[in-house]
Amino acid sequence: MQAYFPLFTAIPLAMAFINLLVTKVNKKVTDFLAFLAMASLASMAVMMLFESPFSYQVGGWAPPIGILLVSDGLSSVMLVIINVIGLLSMIYSTKYMTTYTAKPKFYTLFLLMIAGMNGVVITGDMFNLYVFLEIASIASYALVGFGCEKDELEASFKYLILGGVASTAVLFGIAFLYSMTGTLNMPDLAVKIPEIGHNHAMGFVMALFIMGFGLKASSVPFHAWLPDAHPSAPAPISAMLSGVLIKALGIYAIARIMFNIFGSDTMVSSILMFLGALSMLVGVFLAVGQHDFKRMLAYHSISQMGYVMMGLGLGLNPNVPPALAALALFGGLFHMVNHAVFKSCLFLCAGAFEYRTGTKDKTEMGGLIRRMPFTSATCSIASLSISGVPPFNGFWSKLIIIVAFMKAGYTVYGILAILVAFMTMISFIRLQMNVIFGKLPEKFAKIKEVPFAMVLPLVILATLCLAIGVFYPLVDQNLIEAAKDALLDKAQYISFLGR
Amino acid sequence: MDKMEKYIRDGKSGMTPIVKTVVRFVMGIIFIFGAYVVLYGHLTPGGGFAGGVILACGFIILTLAFGKGLALSKFSDKWASIIDNSAALIFLTIGFIGFSGGYFFMNILGKGKEFALFSAGTIPLCNIAIGLKVTASVFAVFLTLSIFGRFVSKLVDDYEDDTEKE
Repeated sequence: MQAYFPLFTAIPLAMAFINLLVTKVNKKVTDFLAFLAMASLASMAVMMLFESPFSYQVGGWAPPIGILLVSDGLSSVMLVIINVIGLLSMIYSTKYMTTYTAKPKFYTLFLLMIAGMNGVVITGDMFNLYVFLEIASIASYALVGFGCEKDELEASFKYLILGGVASTAVLFGIAFLYSMTGTLNMPDLAVKIPEIGHNHAMGFVMALFIMGFGLKASSVPFHAWLPDAHPSAPAPISAMLSGVLIKALGIYAIARIMFNIFGSDTMVSSILMFLGALSMLVGVFLAVGQHDFKRMLAYHSISQMGYVMMGLGLGLNPNVPPALAALALFGGLFHMVNHAVFKSCLFLCAGAFEYRTGTKDKTEMGGLIRRMPFTSATCSIASLSISGVPPFNGFWSKLIIIVAFMKAGYTVYGILAILVAFMTMISFIRLQMNVIFGKLPEKFAKIKEVPFAMVLPLVILATLCLAIGVFYPLVDQNLIEAAKDALLDKAQYISFLGR
Repeated sequence: MDKMEKYIRDGKSGMTPIVKTVVRFVMGIIFIFGAYVVLYGHLTPGGGFAGGVILACGFIILTLAFGKGLALSKFSDKWASIIDNSAALIFLTIGFIGFSGGYFFMNILGKGKEFALFSAGTIPLCNIAIGLKVTASVFAVFLTLSIFGRFVSKLVDDYEDDTEKE
């Protein structure tokens, strides 16, 4: 696998262009081509879990001059999330996207987005990270407006403007870093930044990065694009945006840069914890009153990302005992993985209900478990996971984060986290009452379960919700542990330079 | 009277005969300059992207002066899309060929003598691929924004009608 590491970006890019060329002649093969690309990527990503950390020099040029690709615990976990959820969303799209036109163009944009996200998580070069960030973002702007209706175009335009501002902030930050250090290689930056020490310019760079990547991660003062963009996108894209994109472009980039390049810092730590707590509270309070199924889920994404940000924030704090900081970071990363699984499942469920009932308003639905048993059951399982009910996966990660905050003496944050977990549960109980249980309206008396291609991803994701929760000590612990160690071990990251 | 002369005398499409005549003389120079910037990308300032933009500007000036009929007969939107995709694939193929030397995008061809046109291994090939891609995609973007604009402006009219009703 090591020799073919760049294939993670090359395969989706190649297939995106081949897809457009081939479908000029034959439109039917587009599903097959996209499936071929995503299936090979997903199996490669799973194989990557068994590799020990390594670095790859593109074109054989030695770092810090050439472009470096880095594989360690964190990037392997991210690759699995991106490509496995990408594969499931793609399988779901084969049926769901028949309600739209121009399916080949959809798959091309989808594959470009996958290429961008894979690129962000494997790269070890600052400017390369920016380029891949833009590839993924621009593809997602187009995908959000894919329906070309009034609301969708408005959401897409809003996302485009805000995303453009964020990308500019990131580019500015990179330019400042380059002017101070003279290098763009990330392990090399990790060596040179401590030599320069703390100055105002460095503080400004951190602020730009927190703003830029924070907007991509939809943390609260920068969240305005998300509640419009996620409901407007087609369901598989909502699942990709909420389940993967905000993590790969936002959380992953913040974690990699703050932990591996800048190192622990009291100020950044308190900012991240505060933003996390704010996102958590604001997101959940806005979510409770929503009628639109997907808009409610979008607000919950903001809220759940708050947990992850808080975990990362405490992990960066140099003043708490290292074991506790590591525990909080572990909790944050674990919650990130869990959120990817249950939130993409919920968005796909919302899409499945919309596919049959034709509405996104949850007050118009009801009693759907009698007509759509598989979709309703998986929706129920994912709702229990996000509410933090044992033994599902969401419970463990929330518990770890809350325990870490309580033990570290941040009691207020801990209590807020418990309150938000409670509010999330209320919100999802209402959802279940409205949609799954209760009285079946007359007009939905004759609807059927969604096709197999849409049920299969839902069942797999729901099974994962349960499996990650039950088999947590056996499997996931090692994976998340490796990701956590990769972030905390700055020396290992520097060693990728190969000096 | 040759075919070009007929286009220049045609008063219905495009700009005045003065503009058309000037564009007719400048066109060739623009294309030669664009091709030069692409092909000498590894030796002089410029390269695939800059040269590609110059070439695309050549087609754009043709469209502006002579109207869409002539430009689309020389370089249609369908061909723009095909060349755009194929050039991206050629570029990726050059990257994949690098695997035979051990690394993605490894420069496996002979480097030749410095400052010669045929030197620097795969870099001129990459420049040509990028040049084709940029020519096709910039021209396709121009077509999408200008000629196919009628459809979009109809959408905007519908939108305004809707908002008025509200």
